[in-house]
Amino acid sequence: MWKVIVRRFFVMVPQVVLLSILVFLLAKSMPGDALTGMIDPSIDPAALEAQREKLGLNNPWYIQYWDWITKAVQGDLGQSFRFKMPVTDLIGQRLLNTVWLSVATLLLTYMIAIPLGIISGRYNDTWKDRLITGYTYFGFAAPLFIFGLLMLWVFGFTLNWFPTGGSVEPGLAKGSFAYAVSKFYHLLLPAMSMALIATVTTVQYLRSEIIDTKQREFILTARAKGASESRVYNRHILRNSLLPIAALSGYEITGLIGGSIFIESIFSYPGMGQLFISSIMIRDFSVVTALVLLYGIASILGALLSDIILSIVDPRIRIQ
Amino acid sequence: MAILEVKDLKVYFPIRTGLFSRHTGDVKAVDHVNLSIEQGMTYGLVGESGSGKTTTGRAIIGLNQITSGSVLFNGTDLAKGGRRSNLNIRRDIQMIFQDPYSSLNPKKRVWDIVAEPLRNFERLSPQEEKKRVLELLEQVNLSPESIFKYPHEFSGGQRQRIGIARAIALKPKLIIADEPVSALDVSVQAQVLNFMREIQKDLNLTYLFISHDLGIIKHMCDRIGIMYKGRYVEEGNADDIFNNPQHIYTKRLIAAIPDIDPTRREERLKFRESVKAEYEQAYRDYFDEEGLAYPMKSVSATHSVALPGRG
Amino acid sequence: MNEELLKIENLTTSFRIGDDYYAAVDHVSLAVKKNEILAIVGESGSGKSALAFSVMGLHTRAKTEGQIYYKGQDIVNLPPSKLNKLRGKEMGMIFQDPLSALNPLMIIGDQIEEILLLHNPKLSSKERKAKAIDLLQKVGIPRPEHTYTQYPHQLSGGMRQRVIIAIAIANEPSLLIADEPTTALDVTIQLQILDLIRKLKNDINAGIILITHDLGVVAEMADRVAVMYAGQIVEIADIYSLISNARHPYTRSLLNSIPASNEKQEKLHVIQGIVPSLKNLPRKGCRFKARIPWIDESAHEENPQMHEVAPGHFVRCTCYKGFHFPDHN
Repeated sequence: MWKVIVRRFFVMVPQVVLLSILVFLLAKSMPGDALTGMIDPSIDPAALEAQREKLGLNNPWYIQYWDWITKAVQGDLGQSFRFKMPVTDLIGQRLLNTVWLSVATLLLTYMIAIPLGIISGRYNDTWKDRLITGYTYFGFAAPLFIFGLLMLWVFGFTLNWFPTGGSVEPGLAKGSFAYAVSKFYHLLLPAMSMALIATVTTVQYLRSEIIDTKQREFILTARAKGASESRVYNRHILRNSLLPIAALSGYEITGLIGGSIFIESIFSYPGMGQLFISSIMIRDFSVVTALVLLYGIASILGALLSDIILSIVDPRIRIQ
Repeated sequence: MAILEVKDLKVYFPIRTGLFSRHTGDVKAVDHVNLSIEQGMTYGLVGESGSGKTTTGRAIIGLNQITSGSVLFNGTDLAKGGRRSNLNIRRDIQMIFQDPYSSLNPKKRVWDIVAEPLRNFERLSPQEEKKRVLELLEQVNLSPESIFKYPHEFSGGQRQRIGIARAIALKPKLIIADEPVSALDVSVQAQVLNFMREIQKDLNLTYLFISHDLGIIKHMCDRIGIMYKGRYVEEGNADDIFNNPQHIYTKRLIAAIPDIDPTRREERLKFRESVKAEYEQAYRDYFDEEGLAYPMKSVSATHSVALPGRG
Repeated sequence: MNEELLKIENLTTSFRIGDDYYAAVDHVSLAVKKNEILAIVGESGSGKSALAFSVMGLHTRAKTEGQIYYKGQDIVNLPPSKLNKLRGKEMGMIFQDPLSALNPLMIIGDQIEEILLLHNPKLSSKERKAKAIDLLQKVGIPRPEHTYTQYPHQLSGGMRQRVIIAIAIANEPSLLIADEPTTALDVTIQLQILDLIRKLKNDINAGIILITHDLGVVAEMADRVAVMYAGQIVEIADIYSLISNARHPYTRSLLNSIPASNEKQEKLHVIQGIVPSLKNLPRKGCRFKARIPWIDESAHEENPQMHEVAPGHFVRCTCYKGFHFPDHN
């Protein structure tokens, strides 16, 4: 098992390098550079050119890449020209908010998906199943940003049950109990909105896994042993059906990134997604580049996580 | 002259271990295999799972990479050069697969399935192609209207006949049949076996018949090779193998064939006991330290056995 | 006379296709005695496995009619809790595919212990483990302590089948149902497994239903044989009569289509046509009629019954009387 994990880890390294080159080249290929935005009639173009030379903007791309990546590894991702502060600091504040939101969403996703998937799979083609599959079709069809807006409007503005923006009530002392409660309160509605939509894939997947496992021959063996239906389900069907779900959990991260970009913007939740959208709007390229790189790395880590989980829970991979 | 001659064939699969997948050894799937088949004959390759019989067949047709050795088809070595260079010879060798359910593409009509090899090797107009496909279907006793049907509309035996029609489309000289009837019911099995014999006569085909079922091998084959763990243990005419087996493994295999006569049960039981005792006692004489067979030695003009050097 | 262990009367098992029910097992009656091997032979689609599943109550969506008496008690409509007391304790089942019949995520030891736990909850975990290892030893697994901790994918096909047998016999059942127990195995392994089943029969004095398509296996193992075609038993007899004096056209055709091990025939007998699918079964008359068109229509019964042609030897339909093989075949 350790061999698999370590080998898998080594595979990840070139993936990340490739990703960073790609992100860098894409950023480069965008029109203009850091100095184009400073067009000011009072600045002599020759001085700008000298500045470019000094900043290394005329170097071949691989030298520029090397400069960028060595700095990035040390935590220097450049300056945001909008906020006039280092990108690293800017993201650092918001990273944690997004992580909290993602964790909450992931937990809610499974809290919804597992019971619904089990009911739907166990009692397939009954009214319970039809009700649940009906919901999943709704989830597949409803765009997240519209559903998010709807939730915000109903539970935020109309019913006033939840706050409609921010990540915490202003004026609370960091680290206090009230602060933590407020944080949780603020992320509940966005997380719920995202989870209700994101979960339908998992519900469907679990349902079909259970229906599939039900027909496997070892289930007959279990019944022939004299095991009761509940034991057959808990001991054999469920364990075997949850395994692929657990293994896919890492890939959920990719989905969460996409979701959080919309949701954070809709709920004005100060996370990376919101920063991403607003930075694109005003072409704050150093922030966008850094975020794309981070999102990419998160996806790669998610895939790694999936493989690691699979190699731990599945004996067919663990013991070869 | 032999139409197919396999000389010292080896197919090794590398074992890779450790973090960096270093090549630390080989699985010797096929090791020192020699065989030759005369035109128009049926050669049976027998063995249990893991014996290397299927790998041998697949290596001959080019589906498995040959590690060393030669495969002479009418004098041309197929082991040299890639699949491309021997393209014209490759059309003379076709394969029938074990599972008639998974070896036919479910999304294609019978027409396309049977015409596939024709399209690869010949340029025919649609009319000519249809004519050829219809001829082939007639040869395998399928109705002309089957041409527009899909594989799932046929029974197992019919599907295997579609597979055979595809295999004989290019008028091959040699057919490698890998367990062609083991997925079929007995009555259907009989149908396909009869049919394979008929077209053998009609088209002067040579068969390499791979099977684990000695009853079928005995029914079909003129010459038989027995494999165990990648090596040959015995080779001979059907009569040599069934009436005068020399290697203990062959004896054990033959003793294990179920007998249809229940009155001989006791007799068989005793016979098997004695074969088992002989096998256990003589195991060290017939296999080396790794449990592999020794090189083949001929014991008569038609019969060779893997016997230890000192024997 | 041995006592009757299992008695099936007029068993019909039907499946719903569309709006209608179709009988995979159609009015089957048979009995199994203690210490007897009854073989059920048939091709795919004959209903032989469906019959076995009915006895074990393993069908989840089927309509079962008729009676199955196990030691005198009708078990057809037994509530699940009572059925579960029988399954795994009184009746054991060996499945065809040794890989898929074991849970891939559980070690062998746990899979054997499960059946012990279900029927003998008083055993301590130590006793259970000892018993499981003992069972592995009994079915001829060379290193039982080691195998106990392994997962199914780590074992060879023959070893897995031994594990399945160990599970089936764990509680020394009186009735053992073996559904194609050796079909997925090599001949030498098949022989070992058949030897094992024979030995177990003597050890635990069980009645065994052996389901197979292989007449060779039948001839080696069975005391009595029932031949099934299209959901019905067409012939039932002791093994000697069945092999040497088969009467039903289907049985005779089957026997003639095996490549004989002693003489070399040029051509094997072929049964015309194909086994009809569940949906296309003729609902009236002799089901084999379509496949022996050279036999006169009037030779068949309208409603084919079982006829006793010799003591204990029954044949369905009167068409057996004038049956001959066609010359041109």
